[in-house]
Order: sequence, then structure tokens, then C-alpha cells
Amino acid sequence: MDQERRQGEGAAAAPGEGVAPPMRTTRNQVAIEIIDLNKWFGSFHVLRDVKFKVMRGERIVISGPSGSGKSTLLRCINRIEDWQQGRVIVDGVELTQDLKTIDEVRREVGMVFQQFNLFPHLTVLENCTLAPIHVRHLPRRQAERLARLYLERVHIPEQADKYPAQLSGGQQQRVAIARALCMEPKIMLFDEPTSSLDPEMVKEVLDTMVELAMDGMTMLVVSHEMGFARQVANRMVLMDAGQIVEVAEPKVFFENPQHERTRLFLSQILH
Amino acid sequence: MSAPAAYVRRDMIGPMPPPLAATGFVGWVRHQLFGSVFNSVLTLAGLLLLIALAVPTIRFLVVDAVWDGASREDCLEETLGRPVGACWPFIAAKFKQFMYGFYPDSELWRVNLTYGLGVILLAPLLVPRLPYKTVNAILFFGVFPVVAFFLLVGGVFGLSHVETRVWGGMLVTLVISFTGIIGCLPLGILLALGRRSDLPIVRMLCVIFIEFWRGVPLITVLFFATYMLPLFLPGNWRIDPLLRVLIGVILFAGAYMAEVVRGGLQAIPRGQYEGAMALGFGYWRMTGLVILPQALKYVIPGIVNSFIALFKDTTLVLIVAIFDLLGQLRAAFADPNWSTPVTLFTGFAFAGIIYFVISFAMSRYALYTERRLDTGVAR
Repeated sequence: MDQERRQGEGAAAAPGEGVAPPMRTTRNQVAIEIIDLNKWFGSFHVLRDVKFKVMRGERIVISGPSGSGKSTLLRCINRIEDWQQGRVIVDGVELTQDLKTIDEVRREVGMVFQQFNLFPHLTVLENCTLAPIHVRHLPRRQAERLARLYLERVHIPEQADKYPAQLSGGQQQRVAIARALCMEPKIMLFDEPTSSLDPEMVKEVLDTMVELAMDGMTMLVVSHEMGFARQVANRMVLMDAGQIVEVAEPKVFFENPQHERTRLFLSQILH
Repeated sequence: MSAPAAYVRRDMIGPMPPPLAATGFVGWVRHQLFGSVFNSVLTLAGLLLLIALAVPTIRFLVVDAVWDGASREDCLEETLGRPVGACWPFIAAKFKQFMYGFYPDSELWRVNLTYGLGVILLAPLLVPRLPYKTVNAILFFGVFPVVAFFLLVGGVFGLSHVETRVWGGMLVTLVISFTGIIGCLPLGILLALGRRSDLPIVRMLCVIFIEFWRGVPLITVLFFATYMLPLFLPGNWRIDPLLRVLIGVILFAGAYMAEVVRGGLQAIPRGQYEGAMALGFGYWRMTGLVILPQALKYVIPGIVNSFIALFKDTTLVLIVAIFDLLGQLRAAFADPNWSTPVTLFTGFAFAGIIYFVISFAMSRYALYTERRLDTGVAR
């Protein structure tokens, strides 16, 4: 109700805004559209009338207190989480009960999890080639070439033949990013990608994500890494109690937040 | 009253070897065997027990055993004038029966050929380094059972028909356990997946199936399959008795296997499903490529436990007049030509050794597989 939203179409990124890469948004190229989304866990109303639109090439950082529904919102976008009311349209495809649309969307949307969710019984290379081979039906050799390419991009080509358990948390998360990229997705979702990492390893993962942003990937990131958000995001989203409370460019969001809840939240996490 | 001395390391030191008393044989003995008074008592008691068991066993099986002979006379204490251990000539005389039952002499090569084929196909399958695993697996799990069936049963390609009635001994034991083991794992996996399915009807059917077969004793299953089933089937419809038993064993073992596999499935964290779904895997690919390989790996001990139990349970077919190794053994005890005080012990010792060697081999191989597949803990 009191959702103050700045549905800034194409949200022109302020020029000269630090290292923020240029927006490559073409007008009316909607990547994700969420319309009046409502979701309940049992009787708990976790998402309440969420409306949101993401343009292609945008980098959105979603923040908010725990339990505010930000992870759930992210997980609705590739339908890992089901919902009761509302519509989600990804890259022009509306997610319905039809399994075909779900498969189609999941093929276009990569996801990186807080807990990595690598497959422990497979090597790093096999983790990266499994889906390209069995979902995209690439020949093994081509899938491996692709995997090595993306492992190179996340700076761990030398770990290809190790098992996930042999890697550090930061390396595992970079493998998870490479694994998602191997499906050559149009959109990447990051669900608190650095929250379970040791402090020394947060940076290597964030650096990888910054590089990805520079390349123009459409990214939705649930994160409390405000430094990263300032550097990369072109829009910030604050969620509270299952609602989007504020949407703003980082400059405005951090320096002149409009909503009381945002001010409170920022004062809690920025000491 | 001086201030506590602060100690700050200026030069970092490299790793040093552990003190000698903690490693090596001496360290091991001191810590593992005689670490405390209670430990020492346990160690000594264990040693005594070992000696108390090993000495009479070796005496019976080797030292006092009779190795040559033609009849019961050679295994009698009165004839030999000394205590008598195992009467091995009895085993030698009955060996063919123990291995093949009453399979006709002229056709024994068919059984041996089957064994030979089985070993030739199985051995390379067990060695992970050898290539062509897929072809090998298809040959062993797909082609071999068919070939073995026609070889053993006959009735085609000019092979004379050998009724399963005359099969016996090790042949029956191996046929039942092999078929049971090969058959129950896929059935168990399907039932376990079904029991965790989101589809209520599938789930209910699987629960009913599993609980039914786990609820009835194997003897009842065998008895029912052999004596009751024919009453329900149309008049001239006759299923081979051994086949009936095989089906009963597979269904029975499958229900147990389902619960073992379900345990493995429950150990898989939700994140694995989500990771697979996010990559676009459908249910069957996710299950086959991501979930099952991990779940089965977790429950290798349970699976092998079931295999070993099944292998030994096959001997219950005795109740429906099918003579496996133990059945043949008991039949041989009745032979007055070999009736001595030690015949019974010798026979059971022989069967025990065979069962032990095979079960132990399965157990060790499973352990080896477990270690080979261990890629570290997920988190």
C-alpha cells in the first residue's frame, strides 16, 4: 500500500557514477516482469502484491531484513518456488503450471545459491558440463570446451579436475557461477552468494560478479554487500514484510533514502 | 610484581615431526592396546578369547582332520585310534551334488560354461580402471542372464531340457541370489522414489507394497508362491517352481531395498534438488544424474547388508523342496555310507566356509567401492 516505487523505466544510470558500467538497456526490452505476486507459506503471507519490472542489462541488488521475502521472490523467478497468485513473465515467457514453460525459463535463467549447491559426486568440470550435455544436448567435447572457457573466466581453470569438497568456499562459489554460465543464460540470479563465505573469500566472488556485470549480464542479486551494490547496481530494491518498500538508484538509496524503513535498515547494517 | 611477559613470535616456524612415542609400532601398542588399565584388561581378555576360539577351530579343520578316505570307516575314531576332526573325504565324495544337485552328468558343462561366462563378464566390471564399462554392463546385466537361462534350462539350439527340479546345491543358491540381487535393486529404487513422490496415488501404492512385503516372513512368501499361487491361477497355467520362488524373492528383497534406498534419498539436502532444477533438469534426469548417484553411495553399506542377507536367506527355499547348497548338504547327511559322529560338523563347516568367503568378498568389495567413490563431505 505504502509502497513507494520508482519504476524508472530503463533507469538511466547516472553517468560518471564511479565504476558503474554503462547500461546496455534497449527501451522496452523487458527481461522480467512480476505482476501482483502473492505467496503464502502455510498461513504466512511471505510475498504481498509484489510488482516489479527488470529491463535487459539491468543489475538489481535486493536487500532487506531477513524474512522479508527477498530470497523467495528471487526463487519465484525460475519457479523453484511456487506461488498462489500473480504472474511472472521471464524473457517474454509466462511461467504457468505447464512444465514446458518452466523448462524454457530455467534454461534462460542461471542461479547461484548461498550454499553453492554444487554436486559433490562430480568433479568441477563435470559439474559444469552436466547440464549443457543433458539439458542443452551439446556434444561432450563442446560442453567441456565451454566449461573450461567459463572456469577460465572465474579464474579457476586449474581446479577443473578436483572435487568440490577439495576447494575453498570462495572457489566453490566461483565454480557455481561458472556452472550457471555454462548454460549461457540471459539472466543470472544470485541468492546471497557471499553470505556463507569466510571474510577472506568474499572479495574473490564479488570480483567475479563485478566482471560479469561489466559484460552486460542481466543480474538480480540478493545481498547485503553494500560496497558491491554501490559499485555495480543500477537500481537498489529494499524489501520488508514481503513487499518492495523502496526502489532507487544507489546514489539516492544510500544518500537520501525516501522511506523510513530504508533509513532504519541502512543504519543497522552500515556502521 | 612484574607485568606478564608478552611473547610474540618473530620468526614463523615450519611444521615439525610428531614425537616418536606417538607414532610407529611402539606408539600404537602403547596408545591403542595398553592406553589405560581398562584398555589393558580388554586387550588381554580379547587375546584370550581369540586363542580359546582359534585353537579348537584349527584343530578340527586341519590338525585332526581326515584328508583321505573312501567311506565312513576312515573317519571313525575307533578305526584311527585318535580324536577325529573334519571328515573331508565326505565332502569330496558329495562335492558334485553340493555344486550341481542332480543336474545330469552329461550336461554339467553347461553349468560350468555359465559360471565361466559369469566370471569372465563380472571380473572386468569390478575393476574400475578397465574400459568399456557400458558395454560390459549391458553384457553382464542384460545379455548374460538370457544366455544363462537358455544354457541352464535348455530345450533350444539342440540343448536337452533340464528341469529345474533336478537343479540343486550351489547352482540353485547362486541362481536365486544372483537373480534376487540383480532384480531387487531396480525394484527397490523405483519403490523408494515412488514412496517419496508428490503423486498421492503412486505414493500410496508404493507404501502399501513395501509394507505388505516387509510385513510377511520370507517363508510365508515362498510357501504361498509354491503351494497357494497355483490354486489361484487358471487350471493349465503352470509356472516353474523355481521361477515362482525367484519372483517371490525379488519382490520381498525389493521391498527391503526400497527402505534402504529411501534412507539415502533422505540424506540428500534440498539444495541438490534446487541446484539441479535451476539448471533445467527434469525429474528423471535430476534423479538419475544428481540425486541417485549420491543417495546410493550413502547407502552402500545398507545395500550390501541386504545383498548378504538375501544371499544367506536363499537357503529358506528348502521349505518348498528346492535344494540349495544347504539342502543338498542335509540330504547328504542321510547317507548311511558316510554316517559318522563328525559328518554333520564337517558339512556345516564346509557350507559355512563357502558362505563366509562369498559374503566377506561382497563386504570387502563394497568397502573398496565406498572408499573409491568418496569425494569428501559436501559441507
